Amino acid sequence: MGDLLWLIPAFPLAGFLVVLVAGRRLGDPGAGWVATAAAGASFAAVVAVFVDLAGRDAEARTLHQELFTWLPVGNLRVAMGFLADPLSITMCLFVTGVGTLIHLYAIGYMRGDEKFPKFFLYLNLFVFSMLMLVLGDNLLVTFLGWEGVGACSYFLISFWHTDPANASAGKKAFVTNRVGDFGFMLATFLTWTVVGSINYLDISAAAHGGAVTGVTATAIALLFFVAATGKSAQLPLFVWLPDAMAGPTPVSALIHAATMVTSGVYLLVRLNPVLHEAAWANDVVAWVGVITAFVAATIAVSQNDIKKVLAYSTVSQLGFLFLAVGTGNYVAAIFHMVTHAFFKALMFLGSGSVILGMAHEQDMRRYGNLRKYMPITAGTFIVGWLAIAGVPPFSGFWSKDEILAGAFGKGTASGYALWAIGLVTALLTAFYMSRQVFLTFFGDEKWRAVAEIGGHGDADADDAHAVDAHHDDAHGHHHLTPDHEPQESPWVMTLPLVVLAGLALVGGVLNLPFTHGTKFLEHWLEPVIGVHELGVEGPELVVLAAIAVVTALVGIAGAVAVYLRRMARPEAIELEVLAQGWYIDRTYAAIMGGPGRKLLDAAAWFDRNVIDGAVNGVARLVGLGGTALRQVQTGRVRNYATGVAVTAVVLLVFVVTRMGTP
Amino acid sequence: MVQPTSYLVLAALLFGIGTAGLLVRRNPLVMFMCVELMLNAVNLTFVAFSRQLGDVAGQSIVFFVLVVAAAEVVVGLGLIVAVLRRRPSADADDVSLMRG
Repeated sequence: MGDLLWLIPAFPLAGFLVVLVAGRRLGDPGAGWVATAAAGASFAAVVAVFVDLAGRDAEARTLHQELFTWLPVGNLRVAMGFLADPLSITMCLFVTGVGTLIHLYAIGYMRGDEKFPKFFLYLNLFVFSMLMLVLGDNLLVTFLGWEGVGACSYFLISFWHTDPANASAGKKAFVTNRVGDFGFMLATFLTWTVVGSINYLDISAAAHGGAVTGVTATAIALLFFVAATGKSAQLPLFVWLPDAMAGPTPVSALIHAATMVTSGVYLLVRLNPVLHEAAWANDVVAWVGVITAFVAATIAVSQNDIKKVLAYSTVSQLGFLFLAVGTGNYVAAIFHMVTHAFFKALMFLGSGSVILGMAHEQDMRRYGNLRKYMPITAGTFIVGWLAIAGVPPFSGFWSKDEILAGAFGKGTASGYALWAIGLVTALLTAFYMSRQVFLTFFGDEKWRAVAEIGGHGDADADDAHAVDAHHDDAHGHHHLTPDHEPQESPWVMTLPLVVLAGLALVGGVLNLPFTHGTKFLEHWLEPVIGVHELGVEGPELVVLAAIAVVTALVGIAGAVAVYLRRMARPEAIELEVLAQGWYIDRTYAAIMGGPGRKLLDAAAWFDRNVIDGAVNGVARLVGLGGTALRQVQTGRVRNYATGVAVTAVVLLVFVVTRMGTP
Repeated sequence: MVQPTSYLVLAALLFGIGTAGLLVRRNPLVMFMCVELMLNAVNLTFVAFSRQLGDVAGQSIVFFVLVVAAAEVVVGLGLIVAVLRRRPSADADDVSLMRG
C-alpha cells in the first residue's frame, strides 16, 4: 500500500492533463465528468489507504513513500516524498470527498459557460496541489502545494476575468497571500538551520528531543502562523477572502470554505511538537483566532450579499480553528475543520443553487420565501444553518463546543476570556446565519416588489464590491424581474447538497464526548498529536454545552424577533461600520494608496537611483577605463615594436644598474 | 686570433641595425629582414660564447633558433605576400585593423 501513495495526487493530475489536452473536444459536460471521475478515483485511493491504516496498530499507522530525490544540494537533500498518517489521511478524505461532490455540483452550475473545460482544468489542478500540500513529507513539498493552491485560487477567483472587479479580486488574493508566503519561507529556512532537515518526521523528532526550544521554537511557530494568517484568512490578512467570492460559487465552496483556507490550520497541527515548545506563540495564535472570529462575525451581521455572509462566516469559523490550535486543542481543530468543511461547503453550494435559481441575483434583500420554490436547496441549507449555529445534534454543535470547552479548560484568566469571546461569537454566528436563512427562504417574496427598495443599483452601491452578479451579462442571463419564478436546480447540484447535508447532520459522531470510547477522531489522531486533556469533564462539560445551546438559541431567537416578527428595525442592528467591515479594507487601501504608496515610491526611487546607480556606476567606470586604455592599441606593428624595444631597454638598464654586473 | 669581444661587438651592431630598421622602415618586407638580422645577431652571440666557454650547448641552441626561424619565415612571408597581393602599395602602418 505504501508504495501506491503517489496514486492519490496522480489521479487529479491525470485529470488535469486530460482536460488540458482534450478539454475542447470533451466540451460541456464531458470535461466535467472526466474531472469528477479523477477526483472520485483519488477519493477511492484515499479510502483504500484509510482502510489499510485503520487495520493497523496505532503505532504503525504511518506510510512513507519517496518517489525521487528532488533537490540534492550540499547537505540538504529534499525528496519528493509522501507521508500518510492519520492526520494527512483525515485531511485527504474530506479534501477529495467534498472535492468530488463539488466537482459534480459544478457540472450543473457551470453548464453553458463558454470556458467550461477550463474551469474543471483548474479545479483538478487545485485538488492535485491541495493533496501535495497535505501529503508532502517535508516543508518544501508542502510549499509546492501551498503555492499551487494559491495559484489555482487566483485563476479561479478571476475566472470571469473580463470584469475588472473579478480580476482585481484575484490579484488581491494573490498579493495578500504572498505576504503570508514570506513567513512560510523564513520559517522553513529557520527550521532547516536549527534542525538540519525540513522533513516532518525529523522536525517532530528534533522537537520531541529538545533540539527546538525557547526563542527558536517561538520564532518558527510565529513565522508559520504568519503564513497561516495569509492562507487561512486571519487578521490582519483576511481581507482577500470576502473579495474572493468573485469566483464561481463551486470555487468558493471548495477553495475558500472547505479545503484551501484550512491549510494554515493543517500546517500548525502538523508542526504541533514545535508549537508545544513555543511558549507564548500559542497565546498569539489563540487570541488572533478568537478576535478574527469575533470581528468577522460582527461584519457578517450586516452583509447583504448571500455569498459575503458566508465568506465572513468562513473567516469567523477559521478563527475558531485557530483558537483551538492556540489552546493546544488540536483534535477539536481538526474535528471542527471537518464538520465545517461539510456544512460550509453545503451552504456555499446551497447559495449557488439559490443564485442560479434567482437569475444571478445575490442580494438577500431581494430573496424571500424561496423554500416554496426550491425545497431541496432550502431543506439542506437549513441543515447547514442548524449545524453552524451549534444546535444539537447537528455536527457543528459537537465540534464548536469542544473548542470552547478546551479554551475554558485552560483554567487561566486568558482561557476564560477566550471562552467568553468565543461564546459571544457563537451567539453572533447563530444570529447572522438565521438572518440569512430567514431573508432567503422565509418571509415575503421581495423580488416581486423591487421598486420599493430602490432596485438593483442601490444594492450594488451598498457593497464595496458587488460580486459574482457581474457576470450575468456575459452569460446572457436576464436580470431579476418581479415576475421571476425561481426553479429548483438539476440533480447534479442537489445530490451533493443532500449528501453534504447528511454529513453535516451526523458529522458529530466522529468525536462524541460521552465516553472515552466514542472519541473516535481523538484516538485516530493520537499517534500524530498525542494525548490532550480537555480540562473539563462530566458535569462541567454538560453545563458548558448547555450554555452553548442556550447561546445558539438566543441568537436564533434574536433573528426570529428581528427578521420574522419585525419586532425591531434591521437597520438598528446592521450598522454601517459593520457593513463596511470595520473599514479595515478601506484603511488598508487608504494606507497603501497614500503614505504607503509614497513609501514604496521612495523605495522604488532608492532602488532605481542608488542601488541601480551603484551597479551601473561601476559598469560605467569600467567602460571609461577601457575607452581610455584602448587608445594604446593602435594596431600598428611599429608601435608595438617600439613598445617592445623600449621595454627591453628599460629592463636592461634596470638589470645593469640595480643588480650590478658580475 | 680574433678576440671574442669582436664577435660580440659585431653581434651588438647587427642587433642595433635590425632594431633600428624595424622601428624606422615601413616596408613590411624590409621590416621582416630586420627581424631576421636581429635573430642572427643573437645566434652569433650564442656561437661566440660557446667557443669562449667551450660549451656546445650554445651551438645547439643556434640550431633550434634556425629551425624556429625557418618556420617563422614561412608564416611571416605568407602573411606579407597575402597583404601585398591585396594592396600592392601597402606599408606596415596601413595594416591596422586590429586597433582598439
